[in-house]
Amino acid sequence: MAELSYRDAVAHAIAQEMRRDPALVMLGEDIAGAGGVFKTTVGLLDQFGPDRVKDTPISEQAILGAAMGAAMTGIPVIAEIMFSDFLAVCWDIVANEMAKSRYMTGGQMSIPVVVRTANGGGSRFGAQHSQAVENWAMMVPGLKVVAPSTPADVVGLLAASIRDPDPVIFFEHKSLMATKGEVPDGEVLDRLGTAKVVREGTDCTLVALALMVPRALQAAERLAADGISAEVVDVRSLVPLDVTTIAASVAKTGRMYTVEENPRLCGWGAEVASIVADEVFWDLDGPIVRITTPHIPLPAAEALEDMALPSVDRIVETVQRMAG
Amino acid sequence: MSTDTFDPRLMDYANREPRLPGPVDESNADLDIPMDTRLHLYETQQILRQFEKRAYDLFLQNLVKGTSHLSLGMEAVASGFGAAMRPDDYTFATYRGHAHTLARGVALGPVMAELLGRANGLLKGKGGSMHLTSVEHGMMGSYAIIGSHLTIANGAAWSAQMRGSGQVTVCFFGDGTTNIGAFHEALNFASIWRLPVVFVCENNLYMEYTPIDLITAVPHPAADRAGSYGLDRIVVDGNDADAVYDTAREALGRARAGDGPSLIEASTYREQGHSRADPGKYRPADEVAAWKARDPIPMYHQRLLRLGAGEGDLTRIQQDVARRVDEATEFAKQGPQPGADLLMSDMWSNGGSEWRN
Repeated sequence: MAELSYRDAVAHAIAQEMRRDPALVMLGEDIAGAGGVFKTTVGLLDQFGPDRVKDTPISEQAILGAAMGAAMTGIPVIAEIMFSDFLAVCWDIVANEMAKSRYMTGGQMSIPVVVRTANGGGSRFGAQHSQAVENWAMMVPGLKVVAPSTPADVVGLLAASIRDPDPVIFFEHKSLMATKGEVPDGEVLDRLGTAKVVREGTDCTLVALALMVPRALQAAERLAADGISAEVVDVRSLVPLDVTTIAASVAKTGRMYTVEENPRLCGWGAEVASIVADEVFWDLDGPIVRITTPHIPLPAAEALEDMALPSVDRIVETVQRMAG
Repeated sequence: MSTDTFDPRLMDYANREPRLPGPVDESNADLDIPMDTRLHLYETQQILRQFEKRAYDLFLQNLVKGTSHLSLGMEAVASGFGAAMRPDDYTFATYRGHAHTLARGVALGPVMAELLGRANGLLKGKGGSMHLTSVEHGMMGSYAIIGSHLTIANGAAWSAQMRGSGQVTVCFFGDGTTNIGAFHEALNFASIWRLPVVFVCENNLYMEYTPIDLITAVPHPAADRAGSYGLDRIVVDGNDADAVYDTAREALGRARAGDGPSLIEASTYREQGHSRADPGKYRPADEVAAWKARDPIPMYHQRLLRLGAGEGDLTRIQQDVARRVDEATEFAKQGPQPGADLLMSDMWSNGGSEWRN
């Protein structure tokens, strides 16, 4: 076991996989010489050289197009889009090309690409550098969507994403970069499509993703002091979605709260709520409640951003209100 | 450019002064191209022409649904490049991709069946006319969003460069593509990485329904941009298969030798509208007539006769192609409708489309 920061876990996972597969390459803006603007790729240029770790111009379509073209001709690629907001610039390649290629060619094409991107708020960067856009990716058929909350999950799920032959959008959370956690020694490999119960409880289930997971855990701690036993499920992977783990938890506790950073409309929790309402309805003791960012562009000011994102206080108050 | 009757604000393009083709450069007959290759170029052009005419007939019979974009009049471009490419080279095409698919040697039957939406289609009926792909022939796809496939072509070229395979990627697109951002991103990217890729602009003078020169800052939409990316300015007669073949083999050779990308503008004309829905009425009648008189196939037929080919040999090629097109039509018509098993298959690498447990 070694303690790693979330940001160091990214480079750790990439290095593990680049050692394993000599064909694996990566490209993106400022990832090589500078080690990434979030310092998630520090040291990789030195270890693997300029033919495998490549800086690009500010050309997001060219970056993802190159990744896709190399992947379809046998080279697995990790592409970095610096901020997830910039996915909008190259969404054509993500949503129209990578996602559909295998299906619409009758299974001829394989696109082993991982698109890594820094996602989410809390950094006071304003509306174009802070969005949580995991729900954009989730709604496109043909994409796998992963968003880890701990350094160990970063390593295991990034390794799994790299080894997956399908295109994966891998959301790294900006506000988790400095957090630390234990990462097992040796090769670490997790499985996509597996949620994790990260705190057991009996009264309600908080279903959370990425930055919302530590907030849900803190809320559960405070609720426990209040006599409410909250279970916390880290979804980890939106596609494939581990309905089994979520449904089993809700069936046990009888109450579900989703804790979502994406803006309200069509957030990932809406789909989870719909599934739970369909399939676990008779085990529910009360309405499903979604705790989300309001349906607004994210403001820059510290005071406003903190009001917008689901906070520990808001989670606690919401659960208490429903319980009371 | 305007005539007395043309008012650009009215966008009455059919009343513009026609943009006429240049004369045939007869010296192209003297290019060092073996007769076997020339007969192959003739045969390929015949295949593309007869196949697409049949496809058009099948639209009229309502056997082909949806849309489709034909290359009638533009066959020399696909044929010239197809003949110059190595079997393991890569092709990327647009939604106007029937010709580029067939020019890589893909069988006619599955392509026709795909247009008819049958289970024996090239893509099992799941892609249709605009997405023809045959990985085993190096035909790496037809892409229906303007511009994106130039960036994807770079990736295939990058892959070949990394693997040291000597493969070259050829990426075809229309004149309209030169005004979208991805074109410029892709050209810059290919140039800085010295990728083995050849970009081929088929300039047929019209961006869908609008004359390209009215909406582009330079007269030659591709060639006049080449300098911005450190590339040579290359314009070729896209209605002369010999000229295209000669230009193609030079650019392919340069890319294979590690000397980087090329951008080629092939001047040509589509003899029909943009798509099935378009009668092409926005074009001056004398312009259409002049380009039809410069149709690549009769010109090439006459050149081959002058170079010593027998009329009988050319007739036999035409008849053989006609028979193959008939067989492809039958193959397609006999194909079963795709079933529900295909609907939910092949989204993921495991063959399925499950997104949850």
